[in-house]
Amino acid sequence: MTSIIFRTATRYMFPPMLVFSAYVLLRGHHYPGGGFVGGLFAGSAFSLYALAFSVAEARHILRMDPRDVTAAGLAVALLSGLPPLFSRHAFLTGTWWALPLPSGATLDIGTPLIFDIGVYFVVFGVLLTFVFSLGEE
Amino acid sequence: MEVVLAIVIGALYGGGLYLMMRRNLIQLIIGLGLLSHGANLLIFTAGGLRGDVAPILAEGATKFAVTPADPLPQALILTAIVISFAVTAFALVLFLRTYQTVGTDDVDEMKETDT
Amino acid sequence: MTLLPALPIVVPLAGAVLCMLLRKNIAAQKAIALATSFLILLVSLVIMAQTKDGTIAVMHVGGWRAPLGITLAIDMLSSVMLLLVGLLAVGVSVYTLFDLDAPRTRFGFYPLMLILLMGVNGAFVTGDLFNLYVWFEVLLIASFILLALGGEKPQLEGSIKYVALNLLSSALVLAGIGVLYGMAGTLNMAELAHVVQQGERGGLVTMVAVMFMMAFGIKCGMFPLYFWLPASYPTPPAAVTALFSGLLTKVGVYSLIRVFTLVFSTDPEFLHALILWGAGLTMVSGVLAAAAQYEIRKILAVHIVSQIGYIVMGLGLFTQLALTGTIVYLIHVIIVKTNLFLVAGAIKRIKGTYELRALGGLYKEKPGLSILFIISAMSLAGVPPLSGFFAKLTLIIAGLRMESWAIVATALGVSLLTLYSMTKIWAYAFWKPAPEPLPDLDPMPRAKWLAFLSPMIAFTVITIALGVCAGPVFDYADAAAGQLMDPEIYIGAVLGGAD
Repeated sequence: MTSIIFRTATRYMFPPMLVFSAYVLLRGHHYPGGGFVGGLFAGSAFSLYALAFSVAEARHILRMDPRDVTAAGLAVALLSGLPPLFSRHAFLTGTWWALPLPSGATLDIGTPLIFDIGVYFVVFGVLLTFVFSLGEE
Repeated sequence: MEVVLAIVIGALYGGGLYLMMRRNLIQLIIGLGLLSHGANLLIFTAGGLRGDVAPILAEGATKFAVTPADPLPQALILTAIVISFAVTAFALVLFLRTYQTVGTDDVDEMKETDT
Repeated sequence: MTLLPALPIVVPLAGAVLCMLLRKNIAAQKAIALATSFLILLVSLVIMAQTKDGTIAVMHVGGWRAPLGITLAIDMLSSVMLLLVGLLAVGVSVYTLFDLDAPRTRFGFYPLMLILLMGVNGAFVTGDLFNLYVWFEVLLIASFILLALGGEKPQLEGSIKYVALNLLSSALVLAGIGVLYGMAGTLNMAELAHVVQQGERGGLVTMVAVMFMMAFGIKCGMFPLYFWLPASYPTPPAAVTALFSGLLTKVGVYSLIRVFTLVFSTDPEFLHALILWGAGLTMVSGVLAAAAQYEIRKILAVHIVSQIGYIVMGLGLFTQLALTGTIVYLIHVIIVKTNLFLVAGAIKRIKGTYELRALGGLYKEKPGLSILFIISAMSLAGVPPLSGFFAKLTLIIAGLRMESWAIVATALGVSLLTLYSMTKIWAYAFWKPAPEPLPDLDPMPRAKWLAFLSPMIAFTVITIALGVCAGPVFDYADAAAGQLMDPEIYIGAVLGGAD
């Protein structure tokens, strides 16, 4: 798996894949997409990198242990359920805030988005945990 | 359409169970995968194959003009796919470890725990 | 309070996340696991205080009302199960402080244990069939890893059988869910019950019911679907087996009880008779298989199967008295069985083996441990006045009232054989002189030894208390069984109640 074509292609494809994964994540609230698919995209970018170079190098550019990423994602998803409690709603009820932007428009940020970001990292972390442990045999 | 899907589901179940009863670990895993695909397709079919439009109301409307697709079976299948993805990934790691430790991928050889 | 019914899920999840974030710090993980376990126990006590008068605590997650969203509903059966999970979590966490090898702890025993507890709690509180499936998968994945952790040869072989059969059963649940949804258009258990009671699709309902019976039967280890259990349960360390034996099969049993009292209660002549047959055969095959074993852990593991038979027997008889017996038996067996596994773990800890033929003379050496063992073992066999006696007595009276002579005779006979197996362990490991004197592998100072034994002492005290103060326990179980026998209460609480 060390063909030069594959390695060069991976080098070029890696950044766009990560950007696209973020795009898919953000698009997910109203259109097909979301945290799960986005996380898979990001995970496959790193898996590709591990295939083209080596698991050790993929770990190196990730800088974190994928298990920590999973834990962080779970924490984010869990915390996203708490805000509605302060407005006396049930756990996990969707809560939205409107952020005014300098341009005059408002940006809607909601707990479903935060939850989705948590899912993104959980999927990303779990996928890489499996891929790395399979690849390190 | 139902008939075609019914045949496909039957084939998936048949193939899945057949592979599960083989002695090879890899075939066992593929069999499990086929089985869960069969179950997903069964949910999809049993949930009713109706409607070609997404169940999203147009702005201002209170009723659907045509019967939309039922979103719930799709949500269920999505969840089930996610779960079977994780389980299959884990099973692959487990089976690889087993193969390395036991030294065989033949299920019939794994008799350590049988007594 | 709007969060309370979700707390049994949220608390262990939060604990697991903290443990994962502190992956490198074993001491902190132990502290978190212990604190989380106590918190689970506390939450379950609060929930029990709220539901013991018969109210069903209902919560619509995310504010989506039933039957559209996922509903959590806790009735008296659920809340007693939650309490048992709490007790078990505390007991096992304390035990693992003393007896768990370092590689397992490093590889994530504690987060996995807490995720397992989350899955188990989730299965107990949910009121939605698909959600039940999801919790099953959560606890299964955690249990897969816990089982295989350590990677010894028998462990891995056992895991393969466990994984394959449990995934087969999950596929069956999923297929059943699909057919039910196609038939009823809902997966909320309360509404499903409502739809099934209208009852035009009798044949289809029976077919789906049998699918669920098979699927949950695999998960709880019913005859003839239990072959994964003796292959996998005796392989991991005692703490893991104790956790599994107390919780995993019991989630299967709980699901059987929930589904067959709430949804599939319309055709008891066929369905519950089938369960009763299964129960009898489960008891007999489990106890006979145990009689042939000479390893403590295997005897106990195979006995789980036969205990499942007793629990399911009450469901098969399907009267209020029988269900009361089932609930008391569940409480009894979870406590006693976990305790027996922990005692077995302690024996292994000091002697290094589970082999009955190699052991001996433990009564002379460790009289305290021996007393803990004999009380639990006698309780399991059903010797008065311990918890097992009253549980079995209730089931047998219920059987006599239904004039099901065969099952009564089976239950009594199996009880004797259980006594045989327990006295075998007693005679071999504790009573007879050791064939070759085994050294104490881990001599502990008295205070540490007592702390090590503390969960077992606590469980033993509970076993005795369940027998001595059987009255309040029976009142509670009777009220819980009353709730189960009248699905309208559950349906009304979920579909009609205020938020």
